[in-house]
Amino acid sequence: MTPGRVWAWVAAGFGAIYFALPLIGTFEFSLRARRGVYSFDAYRSVLADPQFQATFLYSVVMALLTIVMGVLIVTPTAFWVRLKLPSIRPVVEFITLLPLVIPPIVLVFGYIRLYNTASVLPLTGSTLGTNLLLMLGYTTLALPYMYRAVDTGLRTLDVRTITEAAQMLGAGWLTILARLILPNVLVAVLSGAFLTFAIVIGEYVLAALLNRPAFGPYMVWMGSNRAYEPAALAVIAFAVTWGCLGLIQLATRLAPHTRARR
Amino acid sequence: MSFIQLNGLAKQFGPTRVVNDFSLSIPKGAFVSLLGPSGCGKTTVLRMLAGLEQPSAGSITIDGKDVTTLKANQRQIGMVFQAYALFPNLTVAENVAFGLRVAGRPRTEIDRRVAEMLELIGLPDLGARYPFQLSGGQQQRVALARAIAPRPRVLLLDEPLSALDAKIRVSLRSEIRAIQRELGITTVFVTHDQEEALSISDQVVVMYKGIAEQAGTPFEIYNAPKTSFVATFVGTLNVLQGEVEDGAAGTVRVGEARLPLAAPIAAAKGARVALAVRPESVRLKGAETCDIEVPADIQDVSFLGSVIRIRAAMLGTRVEFDMFNQPDMPPPAPGSRVTVGLNSRDLLLLAD
Repeated sequence: MTPGRVWAWVAAGFGAIYFALPLIGTFEFSLRARRGVYSFDAYRSVLADPQFQATFLYSVVMALLTIVMGVLIVTPTAFWVRLKLPSIRPVVEFITLLPLVIPPIVLVFGYIRLYNTASVLPLTGSTLGTNLLLMLGYTTLALPYMYRAVDTGLRTLDVRTITEAAQMLGAGWLTILARLILPNVLVAVLSGAFLTFAIVIGEYVLAALLNRPAFGPYMVWMGSNRAYEPAALAVIAFAVTWGCLGLIQLATRLAPHTRARR
Repeated sequence: MSFIQLNGLAKQFGPTRVVNDFSLSIPKGAFVSLLGPSGCGKTTVLRMLAGLEQPSAGSITIDGKDVTTLKANQRQIGMVFQAYALFPNLTVAENVAFGLRVAGRPRTEIDRRVAEMLELIGLPDLGARYPFQLSGGQQQRVALARAIAPRPRVLLLDEPLSALDAKIRVSLRSEIRAIQRELGITTVFVTHDQEEALSISDQVVVMYKGIAEQAGTPFEIYNAPKTSFVATFVGTLNVLQGEVEDGAAGTVRVGEARLPLAAPIAAAKGARVALAVRPESVRLKGAETCDIEVPADIQDVSFLGSVIRIRAAMLGTRVEFDMFNQPDMPPPAPGSRVTVGLNSRDLLLLAD
């Protein structure tokens, strides 16, 4: 083994320890609910908690809606910018980066001021309206990841020629987007969707300040009131996240037309 | 009767005028090539015809109907692109079926037409493959099948052979021409390759700096170029600079020689003119009888198999000419002085 390879293994080992050790520690701690023996009591307690089920389901639904909303907003925008307005790409990229710079607390206070019950559009006045506001807030938070993922996907395509070829065959914009562009950037959209899912599942500030029963506030509440359950929750959240990643890999492998590009 | 009529087409991108007052009539079922160097505006004309670019001025009529403002997806025109542009997420059969699906044709008709198209392009068994599983030549065949599957009124080919290797290019261009003849579809082909344009077209339009320099049959374009650009762009040409000696008699003095042309020259005595002669029109003396005989100093001889290309100094100009390889007639040695023959009808007077 050359010295270069040795250092590569050392670096990889260090990285693995850096990431794995806290997880192993958390997992080990989550098993200690019963004195003296390892057990899954903390998991049982968490999974049996109706609040866990309700908040997790709520966040999963919100995440899926956010993903749909993100795809609907970002795909046509990124497509149009690449096709017709390449000169404004830096501006659009800057706008999509803003959610990384502006803290969610500023965003949510802005929303509350703009859409309170005394405003022209009193979204916070109803549950449905607040849910909609929260979903739109999540879409904003996920924008940098979703836009970049879709834009990277579009980069692998000759968007202009494909669009023109489809137009020459009689296709309109909706057909081009739905049948050609979206399926071709699906893998990229999925990676954006995965990031969106991860953000929404753990998000606290927007959900707490809009007073919605999401998984993020539940985790915080659990963390301040219980000992072993928060560790079990963290492991569950981690498993869900990795499960999503696995699903993306599976989808990528199953999409036949992407094989050549990998 | 023209099927496609382009009237005074112009296209401007910012301050740059790419196409200028371009007019052309194309009869139904004709195969017309737009030939010219890069940046001459040929692709822009094609894209305006396709509806992918809006003309800055002028009009486009197809089958008597003005389509100038119609969108690309409403013109019923098929197009094949240089970069194939197959849809990577669809199989070959789905690609070919795309236009028919968009048009809402019944399933049975689509299946029948796709099978027919795949048969036509000689790939009947590859319907289930994805574009990445095909070679460049196969991809371009599929692109052609996809373009003609919805039975378009016009077929546009935008340098469809440029990305292919030389051998496939030659075979595919014959196939394209055979398919076009079989279907009788009016076709406009854009290329910068003169051999391609001359070999498969009914009519060639040579473009330069956004205008049509000359339109005519390949025979006319090659043998009777109307401008010096056409003469120099199409084929190899030897240009001799001279002075008009007698315009009415059609004689020009080049160096010490007096060359009679086949027709009178509309220029005053002493006016400077350029004469051109194709390499195949210069003959070594003894091979045939010629109207004009001039001495030439052989500089270089290249043996190309069936043809021998000879470079020589003739009338103070370096010229190239070709002779067929004949076993009983060895080529002249470099450094020797020979007499070469020309015919008046082969001397082209170049206009600017």
